[in-house]
Amino acid sequence: MIEWVSYFIVALMIISAIFAVEWKDLLAAVVGMAAVSLFASIAFFFLQAPDVAMTEAAIGAAMSAAVFIFAIKRTQRYESEEEGTGWWVRW
Amino acid sequence: MISVYYFGAISLILIGLYAILTKRNILKMLVGLSIMETGVNLLLISVGYVRGKSAPILSEGVSANQAVDPIPQALVLTAIVIGVATTALALSVAINLYERYKTLDVEKIRGLRG
Repeated sequence: MIEWVSYFIVALMIISAIFAVEWKDLLAAVVGMAAVSLFASIAFFFLQAPDVAMTEAAIGAAMSAAVFIFAIKRTQRYESEEEGTGWWVRW
Repeated sequence: MISVYYFGAISLILIGLYAILTKRNILKMLVGLSIMETGVNLLLISVGYVRGKSAPILSEGVSANQAVDPIPQALVLTAIVIGVATTALALSVAINLYERYKTLDVEKIRGLRG
């Protein structure tokens, strides 16, 4: 039974990583990155490493996302300007 | 048979490398770097895993010869801390770049324009 749970966790982790890379909203991308860290933490727990799982859950899923959100608050939220406004946009 | 964790870790490394190579936004590249670092940590932990053994914490009923390899776990604890320090430093550099150039696009940040 535990093999199916690990397959499921790894599949969710890869899907979250693809979404974190492909989303244009940087805030949503950071949420995807935190989801990758959360599923990696569950995978560390299944791989019999509970101390690494605790550290990854605290640092990867909470603190790294918080630092990214502070950086997005100081800069801009969306990845690029709107497409289709004119040919000079990509100039 | 290849372990599913090896597949997941190498997939995370490749997705992060794709984000670093193809995206133009600095914050998106740093998201890719963080994903890549998670993949490397997962690969190191899954190398030290032995099937059917328990966590390397000595207590009653668990002796030293029925635990998984504890050395990659100490290595990965160090690597996680180094990774978050690197990410925080890179984000502060990105904030300074945005305040100077008013953009996060790496194709528009050219030269040292005072």
